[in-house]
Parts: sequence; C-alpha cells; structure tokens
Amino acid sequence: MTRPEAPLTSRTRMSQVVLIACALAAFIAVTALASLLLSIAVEGTGSLSWKFLTSFASRKAASAGILAPLAGSVWVCAICAFVAIPMGIGTALYLEEYAKKSRLQGIIQLNISNLAGVPSIVYGLLALAVFVRCFGFRSGETPLSFSVDWSAMRILSPGDPDSLWFIQIPFGSGVLAGGLTLALVVLPIMITASQEALRAVPKSLRQAAEALGSTRWQVAWRVTLPAALPTMMTGAILSISRALGEAAPLLVIGGFLMVMQTPTNLMSDFTVLPMQIYNWSGRPQEEFHRIAAAAIIVQLAVLLTFNALAIFVRQSFQKPLQS
Amino acid sequence: MTQPAESAPPERRDSSAVLPVAASAMPPVGAAAPTPPAAVAMRRFSAWYGRHQVLQAIDLDIPERQVCAFIGPSGCGKSTLLRWVNRMNDSIVGARADGTLTLHGSDLLGRTVDVVALRRRVGMVFQKPNPFPKSIKENVVFGAKLHYRLARADLDEIVEKALRAAALWDEVKDRLGSPALGLSGGQQQRLCIARALAVDPEVLLMDEPCSALDPRSTASIEALIRQLRTNYTIVIVTHNMQQASRISDTTAFFFEGRLVENSATDLLFTSPTQKQTEDYVSGRFG
Repeated sequence: MTRPEAPLTSRTRMSQVVLIACALAAFIAVTALASLLLSIAVEGTGSLSWKFLTSFASRKAASAGILAPLAGSVWVCAICAFVAIPMGIGTALYLEEYAKKSRLQGIIQLNISNLAGVPSIVYGLLALAVFVRCFGFRSGETPLSFSVDWSAMRILSPGDPDSLWFIQIPFGSGVLAGGLTLALVVLPIMITASQEALRAVPKSLRQAAEALGSTRWQVAWRVTLPAALPTMMTGAILSISRALGEAAPLLVIGGFLMVMQTPTNLMSDFTVLPMQIYNWSGRPQEEFHRIAAAAIIVQLAVLLTFNALAIFVRQSFQKPLQS
Repeated sequence: MTQPAESAPPERRDSSAVLPVAASAMPPVGAAAPTPPAAVAMRRFSAWYGRHQVLQAIDLDIPERQVCAFIGPSGCGKSTLLRWVNRMNDSIVGARADGTLTLHGSDLLGRTVDVVALRRRVGMVFQKPNPFPKSIKENVVFGAKLHYRLARADLDEIVEKALRAAALWDEVKDRLGSPALGLSGGQQQRLCIARALAVDPEVLLMDEPCSALDPRSTASIEALIRQLRTNYTIVIVTHNMQQASRISDTTAFFFEGRLVENSATDLLFTSPTQKQTEDYVSGRFG
C-alpha cells in the first residue's frame, strides 16, 4: 500500500507561522511588563530616600513616608505566615498521609480547589464577620479584653493596652484580624503546594519506612516531611508574597486608615503597602502619584526578595531523593 | 506491584466454607524428608484486589532458616503473597485476604494484629534499592531506633553488626556519615538489607532484590543470601530461575494464582511432578 506524502513545504510553513506567533506573544508580554517597570522607575526613583522609608504618612506629599504601611505589612504577613504555614502543612499531611482516598478527603479536596478560586474580597467579607466582629459578640458594648503577662504567668483582665500580649474580643480591625484574613486567602495555596510537595516524595521511601515498622506518624515525621520540606518552604514563601500583595480583603475589614504609628500589639491599627499605594494613586495631585510609584518600587523590591529567597531555598536545600 | 494479566476463574469462597486448618495441614508436596519447622504457614490462603482474585487457596509451609524462592510468570500472584506476609498490602485500597496465614503459629491476618510489631519480626527488601536520603549510619539505625531504646554506643554496635551481616562493612566503615545515595546500586541494596537486619527480624522478605542490579552486584547479594540463611528465614521472589536454583533450598512455583508445585529446589528443577512446572522451568513459557 502506498501512502501519499504530505507536502513538506506546507508543513515547514506551518512550523514557521507557529514560531512567529509564539515569539510575538512572548514579545508583547515582556514589553508590557518592561514598560510598566520603566514608567514606575522613572516616576518613583526621585522620591525614594531613607526619609521616605522612615516617615509616617502626611497631608503633604513631600514629607510623607511609608513607615506605617511597611511595618503593617511585616506584622500582618508574619501573623499570616504563623497561622497559614502550620495549618497548610497539617492539612496537606492529613489529606495525603492519613485520609487518602476516603470520602471525607474527596469532599475536603473539592472544597480546597473551590476556595482557591474564590476572589480575595469574599474572604474579606468572611473575615469581617468572623474575626473583626466575632459573629457580633458583645456588639455595642465594650469588648472583652485581657492581656497575658508571661513573666508572672497570669492573665490580666481588663488588659493592659501597652502590653504586647493585649487581646480584645471581638478583635476589631487590628493586625491580628488582618493577618488571619490573609491566612484565609493564602491557605488554599499553601495546602495545595504542600500536597504537591508530599506527592513528590517517592512511594518507595514511604514503603521502606513502613516495612521497617514505622507508624503512620513516624513515616510522616521521619521520612515524608523532611523530604518534602524544601518544596513546602518554597510554597510557603510564595504564599506569603501573595499575602504581601493583597489589598482588597484588608480594605473590606478596616478601610484605609491614616496610621501614624507602627503596630505595638496584636490589636493595633495598621495599613499595608498595597492599600497605601491604592490611596495615594487615587489622589488628584501629581506629587502623590510620584510617591505612589516610589512605594511600588519598595513593594516590588520586597516581593523580589521573597521570590529570590524561595529560589535560594529550592536550590540549596533540595536534596536528591532517589539515586 | 504484580497485577495478574489473566483473569482468574471466579472461584470465590467465603470464610465459612474454608476447611478446618487441621484437615489440610499436610506436608507440602515433595518436600525434602527432614523438614524444619515452618516459620510461615498458609492454609487455604486466598487474596483479592477488589473483586479480582489474585491467589487461590494456597497451602504452603515456609521452613525456618532456609531460603524459599517464589517463581512463576508475571501476574501469578507471587509478589502479592510475599507482601501479605508483612501486610504491606494494607495500604492498597481493596486488597483483602481469606484463609489462614501464620508466623510461628500466630495469626497474621486478624484485625487485631499489630502491623508495626509484625514488621519488626518480618523485614522486607524491595525490588529497587530504596535507601533514605540520609547518611549510611542513619539508614541502618532507622528501624532499630523505632523499636528499641538505644544509647549511642548501642547504635554504633548495631551499625557495625548489621553492616557486617550485609557484607558492606569493609566498603563503608570509613564513611558512615556520608550520604547513602552516593553508594552504587549494589551497595545501596546491601544497605537496605543491613537496615532490615538491624531491626533483628525472624523472616526476611525479598521482592526481586537483584532485578535492578548488574551481574556483579547480583552475585554479591546472592552470596549474602546464602550466608544469611543460617540466622534468618528468607523468602525471595525472583524472575530468574538460575538465581532460584542457585540460592534457594525450597522453591514454590505459582501459576495464575495457584501454587502448582512446592518442593526442594533441586527436585523441582530436575524432576518436577507437574507438567506446568516442567514447561516453565525448561523455558517453554513465562
């Protein structure tokens, strides 16, 4: 049987067309990003200074700085990391190592996939009800307040607002509520990343540990977790850099505040870099646009540092798991 | 993992139909005259993956401190049977078994059997060397640390003893702290054997332990298996009939989920009683 040959010229032509189309797409994407960065750099570098980093907000653009949003971002992201990383890893461990193939696992998995697609502003609404207002607990009254005195190991009630461990219930729109809100936003990402990390651990290692008589927890603690940790950390850092860029859910829980101090405890009012950028760029005066651009440069620098850290962790701690 | 290629005849029995153990507790066909006591004994042992029956009413005694080889074409159920002895099939959804399976007379299949304690008594070596991405020493003491409370000096002793038993000590004694993944394939497999021995098991299960190794490493593992039989009961699954004839005392031939023949290795290879065995060992199929 003879088979007619496909004409070679049309095949090569097709290949070239695809090549050009892909190159064009890549070029457009890179140009858009480059022009964005360039315009921000041109507009913002003039306003960047040590004073800009260490001053509070002001009604005059010339004397305004980003100390409060910078400190607010650090506080909120630290709380977010503290909550989201252990919870994300714990959930992933449960789903991958314990509840494998159970009905419950299917339900939870479906929910996590759905949650990852929920717009972050919806998390803001949830957080407003749960964290800021605590389901209306003591609404209209003075909040329940206490502080923990670790040196004397006792709880003071009512709390001392100057203490670092001052807690109010409901939380109000302080850094604690902000951090928990962001933890909600990044939790699905953190869980998924940790699950991927656990799945990448070769089955043969689990079997080796099981065959030696490990309990499930021993398998997880001594074999699976150590092997998956570098990948999990990469996921964690990327989750936190996502949290660093969120403005919408925080706007819902607190609105924009002109904060004139850095947070001192978990109940302190705060603002974050993206909210400050949003606020300044929305003002009519040209000077504020310039300092908004400067704040964007700071934000990008922090983000790039985080991403570089993620790459560094991945490169230096990832050991080969199999020969 | 072994997945039967052919569908076995639908011969399912529920446990009520299983004969009493005593009725079928006869010595295996053609076993050598002075049979040592059985370390592992199976009576009417059947196993399923889901609705698919993989093993059908196996009656088999595995003699103590000898090497028993399981041979048979792919999908005959030999690996599945091996993995039931230390309950590695527990993690497979839908895997279940019926009949009796005992280790020195104690039941291995019941719901109340402590799998962790069982695996201390029954070690396993896998097809592909699977050392942990840790140091050589950490690999050896991994299992021992799970089961025993040990001082630092005890650990050193265990490491040396296990590595000597696995014929690896002289090659690695100067670099116990270096990563296990830096060893050659054959050394890694001997490390996995040392790791299993460090737990001090009674039975060692080996699932095609040489299939991923070159001929020289294979030879060293085979020599090691011959040595180990003085202290351990060894069950080895192999696709290599020369290997089975070289290293085993008894050989069990499986075909389509049934135990066709089980006898002293030299007898099984030179004068098999079953036509299927003869065809298989003479290379006519499989």
